[in-house]
Amino acid sequence: MLISAILYLAAIICVLGVGRKVYQYAATPAPLKIPTTPAPTTRAGVVWRMFREVVFFDSLFKASKFTWLFGWLFHAGLFVALLCHLRYFTEPVWGWVALIAPLSKYAGLAMLVGLTGLLGRRFLVDRVRTISAPSDYLMLLLIMAIAGSGLLMRFVWHTDIVAVKQFARGLLSFDLNALSGSSLLFLHLLFVAVLLLIFPFSKLLHAPGLFFSPSRYQVDNPRERRHTGGQASKSANSAVSQEQKNG
Amino acid sequence: MAKKPVPFDVPVLGDFTDTPAVKPGAMSHSQPFVAKAPINEALGYPGELVDNWQQVGVEKLGELVKGSRALRVYLDSCVKCGACTDKCHYFLGTGDPNNMPVARQDLLRSVYRRHYTLAGKYLPGLVGAKEFDEQMLDDWYKYFHQCSQCRRCSVYCPYGIDTAEVSMAAREIMDTIGKGQKYCNEIIGKVHKLGNNLGLPEPALADTLEGLEEDVEEEINVAVKFPLDVKGAEVLLVTPSADFFAEPHIDGLIGYAKVFHQAGISWTISSHASEAANFGLFIGSRDNMQKVAMRIREAALELGVKRIVFGECGHAWRVGYSFLNTLAGPFDFLDSRYPVPQHIVEVTHDLIQQGRLRLDKSANDDKRVTFHDSCNVARASRMGDKAGGQFTLPRDVIRASCNHFFDMPADTIGEATFCCGGGGGLLTDDLVELRVKGAKPRMQALKDVNDQHRITHMAAICAICKSQFSKVFPYYGFEMDQIISVHQLVGDALVFPVDPG
Repeated sequence: MLISAILYLAAIICVLGVGRKVYQYAATPAPLKIPTTPAPTTRAGVVWRMFREVVFFDSLFKASKFTWLFGWLFHAGLFVALLCHLRYFTEPVWGWVALIAPLSKYAGLAMLVGLTGLLGRRFLVDRVRTISAPSDYLMLLLIMAIAGSGLLMRFVWHTDIVAVKQFARGLLSFDLNALSGSSLLFLHLLFVAVLLLIFPFSKLLHAPGLFFSPSRYQVDNPRERRHTGGQASKSANSAVSQEQKNG
Repeated sequence: MAKKPVPFDVPVLGDFTDTPAVKPGAMSHSQPFVAKAPINEALGYPGELVDNWQQVGVEKLGELVKGSRALRVYLDSCVKCGACTDKCHYFLGTGDPNNMPVARQDLLRSVYRRHYTLAGKYLPGLVGAKEFDEQMLDDWYKYFHQCSQCRRCSVYCPYGIDTAEVSMAAREIMDTIGKGQKYCNEIIGKVHKLGNNLGLPEPALADTLEGLEEDVEEEINVAVKFPLDVKGAEVLLVTPSADFFAEPHIDGLIGYAKVFHQAGISWTISSHASEAANFGLFIGSRDNMQKVAMRIREAALELGVKRIVFGECGHAWRVGYSFLNTLAGPFDFLDSRYPVPQHIVEVTHDLIQQGRLRLDKSANDDKRVTFHDSCNVARASRMGDKAGGQFTLPRDVIRASCNHFFDMPADTIGEATFCCGGGGGLLTDDLVELRVKGAKPRMQALKDVNDQHRITHMAAICAICKSQFSKVFPYYGFEMDQIISVHQLVGDALVFPVDPG
């Protein structure tokens, strides 16, 4: 029961906190056009630029192949692992979730490999060591603990996943069940709760932040369309007029 | 307080650019002169550090974050991945860890965290939150004046975090509490008062232009005009005031004049807006930037021109291309067939395309040329109607004007170009060591292309770059006159039939 309460609390704080931040980003004016050029000259071009940034980490690829490789492995692993976890929340399990289920162990491993590379870089590269605060190490260790505990349950100390599913479904329907699993599972969920809790107050805000980064989302058309910027209060993209370019 | 110049070791160029080891404090002695009271006051800032500067500074930071989505997102989003750490020319040239873009941002971010985030308020040690104290202000003044706002870091940041925005905010805060930088603030004062950075009054400008007309006519026997305040001209040329008499800038101005002359385009310079540069950008002051930008609108209206064209100036082109429409627009009173504003390279490029210029490339056969992409043109603006036109158009113009053109290594040009080392309000003699060391990556690239192709000249389209290279070339074994204007190449290649006049 305790873990249910913790998870609820963490989820609420995460959603409200990130929601507040997103609102703040959207409501803050972007007074000037500052896309990093060369930048797309059309909205469609910007969508493509953002897609490449979000999915392939384009800029990071240009910057450092090492960081890109480990960073991308981690994020891709995390993405797949999250999707695989849908099996605990859907009944019957959605077809495509069942289909990708076998990937979950590779996803977890990819996360760990990626995180280890990123952590190693923090210790070994003098420049990165210089800029690392304690929270930067702890963040990596926390996510490693989440991935590690998950993998241990998968490979070493198996957990009764039927019971896990019952617990997860219960959370969704507010029909609370006691968590009848190992203490490893308890830890796994506790770490997840901690991650959710700190999300809105930490550098994890880079996830929503990217979508509001003027150097990336702005269209390069200041001569064609007069940018006024002050009323950019609805969405990240409202700073950019939807009207047709008049060339 | 004026410091004596300290001797320093000029970096040695090797076979390739290597990333230096971190050397804490390597540039902690470098800072520009602080502005005296009258200079700050002329811009509406307190003359000297105010008594409650910590409080005022922190409040100003909050205000800036509220007014800038970029700043807010950038301060929250950095994950300390290190992608930017080896991208800044000042870090590459000095090894000072505070010259890594992320560390420079952190000087401000740590204060923001301390005062405006939950984690920083309650767990400052954990997240690297720090107080805005004397030591911090000292570091701000030093290291936010070791950033040329060139945006190279923003190209590589996975979130597009632009240190230029952070450094502009920091300078705005420092101005607000009375710690302004002498070089920038003095210059902005001159623009407000006299219309240009050099403080050149109208009669002196008229004399200079008249003298130029005589010189050019004597040399090529063609009556090329350098008009000033001519009402009804088609084009208002707004150009950096260095173009009026600094070398090699002036040969660029002669080039523009020859282009206009041959194309039969009437043009004029305005004594009211006799300066393209806008140092309001460097100090992050929207008010000052707007005031400086408005002169251009006023001049265009007063003279009744149809087009506005910018001369070769990097940050001016950023303000012109990206901000002018916002700050001083709309420009619906101008000829809508042309973009507002236009870059002189765009004008020349168009004329070449239309076959309206007679160019004899062999006139520049004594030159083997490379091209330096200026940071603000490369990463904060565009030319032409396609993304990346800011790279292709100048090169097209150069290739149309000379036979021997060679690019520097690909990872040092285009969007990856290295700053000259003197941009962003750092082109001052009290920062010579920084300028020389910051030029190292560009000098390395120049050496590379020189080793392969025996380069005689580097062409540029920025007044600051030109001045900076004239200064730092000799430190690296090049001659100061090896830097030239793109429009010098054009001007020298233009062929004039015997002048009927």
